[in-house]
Amino acid sequence: MPTDGGVAAVALAESAATKVAAYVHVPFCRRICPYCDFAVVAGTDLADRYVSAICAEIQRAEPFDDPLAAIAFGGGTPTALGPRALEQMLAAIESRFGVASDVEISIEANPEDLNPSTARELTAVGFGRISLGVQSFDDDVLSALGRVHTADQAWEAVGAARDTFASVNIDLIFGTPGEQLRSWESSVITALESGIDHLSTYSLTVERGTGLSRAVLAGAPAPDPDLQAEQWLRAADLAGGAGMVRYETSNYARAGHAVVYNLVTWAQGEYAAFGNGAHDHRDGLRSWNVRRVDRYIERIEQGDSAKSGSERLGPWEREVERVMLGLRRAAGVRAGAAGQRLVTSEGGVALRDAGILEVAGDRLRIARPLLGDGVSRALLALAPGDC
Amino acid sequence: MTDTSRIRNFSIIAHIDHGKSTLADRMLELTGAVTEREMRDQVLDTMDLERERGITIKAQSVRLDYRGPSGDFILNLIDTPGHVDFTYEVSRSLAACEGAILLVDAAQGVEAQTLANAYLAIESGLAIIPVLNKLDLPAADPDRVAVELASILDGDPGDVIRVSAKTGEGVAELMAQIVERLPAPTGSVDDELKALVFDSYYDTYRGVVCYVRVKSGLLATEDRIRFMATGEQQQADEVGVFTPSAEPVTSLGPGEVGYLVTGVKEIDRIKVGDTVTHEAAPAAAALPGYLEPTPMVFSGLFPTDGDEFERLRDALEKLRLNDTALVFEPETSRALGFGFRCGFLGLLHMEIVRERLEREYDLDLVATAPSVAFRVGLVGGGEREIKSPQDLPDPNERTEIHEPIVRVMIITPAEFTGTVMELLQQHRGVMGEMHYLSPERVELTYRVPLAEIVFGFFDQLKSRTRGYASLDYDPDGYAVADLARVDILLNGVPVDAFSAIIHKEKAYDYGRKLVAKLRQIIPRQMFDVPIQAAIGSRVIARETVKAKRKDVIAKCYGGDVTRKRKLLERQKEGKKRMKMVGRVEVPQEAFISVLQVDAD
Ligand SMILES: Nc1nc2c(ncn2[C@@H]2O[C@H](COP(=O)(O)OP(=O)(O)O)[C@@H](O)[C@H]2O)c(=O)[nH]1
Ligand code: SF4
Ligand SMILES: [Mg+2]
Repeated sequence: MPTDGGVAAVALAESAATKVAAYVHVPFCRRICPYCDFAVVAGTDLADRYVSAICAEIQRAEPFDDPLAAIAFGGGTPTALGPRALEQMLAAIESRFGVASDVEISIEANPEDLNPSTARELTAVGFGRISLGVQSFDDDVLSALGRVHTADQAWEAVGAARDTFASVNIDLIFGTPGEQLRSWESSVITALESGIDHLSTYSLTVERGTGLSRAVLAGAPAPDPDLQAEQWLRAADLAGGAGMVRYETSNYARAGHAVVYNLVTWAQGEYAAFGNGAHDHRDGLRSWNVRRVDRYIERIEQGDSAKSGSERLGPWEREVERVMLGLRRAAGVRAGAAGQRLVTSEGGVALRDAGILEVAGDRLRIARPLLGDGVSRALLALAPGDC
Repeated sequence: MTDTSRIRNFSIIAHIDHGKSTLADRMLELTGAVTEREMRDQVLDTMDLERERGITIKAQSVRLDYRGPSGDFILNLIDTPGHVDFTYEVSRSLAACEGAILLVDAAQGVEAQTLANAYLAIESGLAIIPVLNKLDLPAADPDRVAVELASILDGDPGDVIRVSAKTGEGVAELMAQIVERLPAPTGSVDDELKALVFDSYYDTYRGVVCYVRVKSGLLATEDRIRFMATGEQQQADEVGVFTPSAEPVTSLGPGEVGYLVTGVKEIDRIKVGDTVTHEAAPAAAALPGYLEPTPMVFSGLFPTDGDEFERLRDALEKLRLNDTALVFEPETSRALGFGFRCGFLGLLHMEIVRERLEREYDLDLVATAPSVAFRVGLVGGGEREIKSPQDLPDPNERTEIHEPIVRVMIITPAEFTGTVMELLQQHRGVMGEMHYLSPERVELTYRVPLAEIVFGFFDQLKSRTRGYASLDYDPDGYAVADLARVDILLNGVPVDAFSAIIHKEKAYDYGRKLVAKLRQIIPRQMFDVPIQAAIGSRVIARETVKAKRKDVIAKCYGGDVTRKRKLLERQKEGKKRMKMVGRVEVPQEAFISVLQVDAD
């Protein structure tokens, strides 16, 4: 399976460290999927006030020294807001922050909301990249996931997207209880045949407080990690066979379609973030907004900051974070102080012996991404040192 | 100082759950020792552990000001635990008293610890007031139980007092009877000071606090005192009484029960059972003190973090002040590093000690499979005591192995006699006597290997008798047995902490079950982990924990970088509760799982 650890990929991954990005959260969904634990609400009751609040929050933000290399609208369902509202928020960002000439502007959408005409509206607003929450091309799996769209709708939506956007992604979820390996394979194959530029495969996780978690506690089947491992491997093979390159644990892209916004986050780059529950990273400080939509709006309307918490890592923790985030990429990460310490630590040696962690020159890579969290824990377990 | 004729000292003794602590509650209320606001159920069970488990672990003394029909008295009440593991705690309390209230649940009748505790009180020469409790229960059968109770004391059923500790019915009358029927303490204030240290604990600010019972003389604040056994000389910084909160007094006279603070921080300078006397005018001879209790089971306690060894030692030493039945010596395990081999009076005691160490001293511990102590004959003569399976000499270096035997006393409803006898037989028991307490209740005595009794037997007994049988046991020598050591290998490497010495007939079954159990407990790792059970070089059982295939959360966190790190940190904390054995992460509970393998 081709994974991108080549020179160009390394350069691309590392260069994202100095890029800056912005994220806009749109929390509205038609209804809440049972596995979802994002900061979302059903319905669009607060939409108008929310859009005004976002614009106000953007106005108050400090611009970066450099123009933005990426802008991402996520959620929730950004398309729950009409093109005018999206345009208004995007314009606010562009005028406040300035954008690079090759800026990536992307939006998430659900298949039921995308048709040729909405697709054109979105590109007219300025979105060049779209990410579709297809999740599966199997209607049984879709209904098990509590999604409102069908496989046919998804296929139609992908077609509309491909005809309109410069770059199209599909999100797929694997490990839905009841989903067989065969079904997953055909979802992946269908996705690849639809002519997309980018594919994200996420494993279903049972998050506390969700409907799924309550069901599992009550005895419903949980995702099977062994089957998920098998599914991940199949997806990697199929995507590789279709000429896509895996550049992160869950992400595959054709040449030139790796997501800049993601690369910035994994390179420990800086980004501004707006909306309820949104997380930013600026001047070495990670902070996040209040999670509830109504509280967020109230705070902004009252002229207050919407921040509800922040975290400033010490130099060592920051170094550990750099390696942890960087290791998600197929390009790996420059070892640096934390990486060097890891390699010689007891845990690190065991990981190397097990063929999970690879050292090549001054870079570290995870050779078996499915076991990557073990590397992160070994990093976190290192005694703090100099860096 | 109070005139001794106005003092009564007594313990409340009973089988577990017969209502000792509840009766103490009523007495505290009646004498106004606690206000209504302070009152809660089993108010003397102050330890968190006691409240959570609803049992008394530590004896608690409290001083009551009693205004009765025949005037004012000071009553020193000691509430005691009822579980067999804590009999030693009871016997120490009795030495501070002249009398005992023997409480029996009128619905349950006489149980094994009723008998055991009654014998203790009789041996200590205490006056005993038999009392029936729980009269309010519809199932109470006071007439029948009064006969049972009187018969074990050779008394008259008419002398048995009837109360309900729950409703308070009869408690006032009982208190009047305490004054009437229990003797006042003797001892003259003019004699040299003799005060028995019957308990102690370590206070971070005040050092060692001793519970004392003055037998003669006067113990006053600022007295120069000496502990007769250790020779420690000190000043009495503070003396006081428990009402139940600690309250300083100027002195304690003969018959009085209270506490003594000397500011001693060196724990080994104070011994429970020691006698306190004056430095200037010492007593000629110390009080009899206590027999050291015999530990029944041994288990290794190891800090999960090897750097905590010294803290563990310090904690054990401090805890021992408050739990004199605890014994320990350093032990080294190839798998677990440095720790202590500890001796306990039983599994409940072991569990409580471990929990107290973890809670009160903030330690994180691994406990290894408990074992009894064996005596092993050596080729070429001599004998060695083996408290840990790993110390068992090789077959070519040893002759026979002797295992400890206990004399078991079981009281059961007559209908279950056959079932109980069968159970005892399965556990290699040899029948002794059978005795009818009443037509419905039988007392059985057996000789049984301790190892058969101490692990899980009680639960089996309870389940086969619908909870109606009770059990007590005492050491009764050693006997030759056909034993073998079952070793466990993880990843091909023997893990000494999992070894157990097992009767040969049961060894195969035991090995199979333990290996299966470990396969469930040991989490999947980065590689396959074979688990084997072996006797010598012969493998008797094998299972494999399959390598995990997926250990990554492949999820989109967007810009929320903090969240995943926190999640990983929590997972890492969870791993701290694992012990690395070679390269295998073994959860702490695995070591104790050896216990849950029932070998029948
Ligand atoms: N019905 C009834 N229950 C009682 C009485 N005395 C104690 N109990 C209950 O019996 C249980 C054990 O009581 P406790 O005082 O902890 O017993 P101990 O183990 O002997 O100290 C508790 O649930 C009490 O509430 C009584 O007189 N009547
Ligand atoms: S559509 Fe997406 S964001 Fe909305 S509830 Fe479903 S999974 Fe969550
Ligand atoms: Mg009690």
